[in-house]
Amino acid sequence: MKINWFYFSSPPRFYALAGRLSPLFFALALLLTTLGLYLGFFVAPTDFQQGEGYRIIFVHVPVSWMSMFIYLVIAFWSAMGLVMKTRISMVMAQALVPTGALFTFLSLWTGALWGKPMWGAWWVWDARLTSELILLFLYLALMALRAAIDDERRADRACALFALVGVVNVPVIYFSVKWWNTLHQGASVSLTRAPSMASTMLFGMLVMALAAWAYTIATSLKRARTLLLEREGDSEWARRQFAGDAR
Amino acid sequence: MTLALVLFKRECALVLRKPGDALSALFFFVLCATLFALSINPEPQLLRALGPGALWVCALLSSLIVVGELFEGDWRDGTLEQLLLSPLPLPAMVAAKALARWLGSALPLVLVSPLLGLQFELSGSALLLLPLTLALGTLALVFVGSIGAALTLGLRSGSMLLSLLLLPLYIPVLIFGALAVAGAQSGSGFEAELSILAALCLLSVFFAPFASAACLELACE
Repeated sequence: MKINWFYFSSPPRFYALAGRLSPLFFALALLLTTLGLYLGFFVAPTDFQQGEGYRIIFVHVPVSWMSMFIYLVIAFWSAMGLVMKTRISMVMAQALVPTGALFTFLSLWTGALWGKPMWGAWWVWDARLTSELILLFLYLALMALRAAIDDERRADRACALFALVGVVNVPVIYFSVKWWNTLHQGASVSLTRAPSMASTMLFGMLVMALAAWAYTIATSLKRARTLLLEREGDSEWARRQFAGDAR
Repeated sequence: MTLALVLFKRECALVLRKPGDALSALFFFVLCATLFALSINPEPQLLRALGPGALWVCALLSSLIVVGELFEGDWRDGTLEQLLLSPLPLPAMVAAKALARWLGSALPLVLVSPLLGLQFELSGSALLLLPLTLALGTLALVFVGSIGAALTLGLRSGSMLLSLLLLPLYIPVLIFGALAVAGAQSGSGFEAELSILAALCLLSVFFAPFASAACLELACE
């Protein structure tokens, strides 16, 4: 049997599929978040070094993972869009950016909240913190570039190129910041946690990570649907959608 | 190849005809460094500690000015479209323009930098290393910057956007450039940082023109 890889790259088909999947993933995200927060806040044992304050990792770690992973996904869809010239890829790349920026911001915020009781400072110039901040700047730059270009095709491709240039740079930035950091302040602040982690902690964190995945999929599909209607407003299938909504 | 050479000569001639435009980056650099010194306590100890970083940040900001109008003039009068149609490969065109721009605008800055280093009380070896790192660094910055210049070509608020796009990408060059000078200053060695800076320079000089060429094609559709 031959698989048609481009079956869902047709806007109406994708629109219908996203419409079906998005509520499903929203429900899944809600369920997993409830379960994960319950595990994290009530079931997981208190950390003997960090007390109750450590419980923010159940939000912080999944959010940070997601913020980095989303950038990779954006780069992937950008490359697909540039090579395959599929419009849906560009829509997906565009739809993921706000969610990625949100997660990066949350990661910095929860990190600051965690840092204050643990290290006594809202912010330290650690390599990870600094690269996360730079990641936020990259997301903001992507959004600003998109907003500045009126022509949709050019905006798509310019953002795709910038996302790819960024993804090449992110590891270089990370290692240079790391080098800079080790030369300047030594290992006064170590972010590495104790390797032995209670299994409920790990489980709670994994559930929260899955929740972040489900939330990202749900919101990006929902946003992609809206973007598609905006872009293809004049096409036959979109008109039918509008008519259907009106009825 | 000869075509690239012709273009390079043309760009150099353009720079020489309007030295004021090319030198604005230099004036900005000098002013910016002076402001840095004025904003802090002119204690030799403090100046020496801040000097390498401050001078590097000033050079980095000036290089935004250097790349700001890299393609703008040619784009406005239609020369760029002619160049796109010419048999010259687009990356070679970008490289010729960026190199001429670097020679015209960034090289004066590099040459003047030891004087500013003296203002910041840098030591002898750091004074020698400063222009070397700035030469390698600004070359990398101008080539990476050509990507941003091509992306923002003809956009509203292009210069604002240019800095937003480029500053995150400039971070590695800034870190290793400033570290090398600071290393020479404190006598703790600078060879590793200098090698990495040279590597960053070579990588961006080689790869950036391809990315810029793709962005230019986009801007001129």
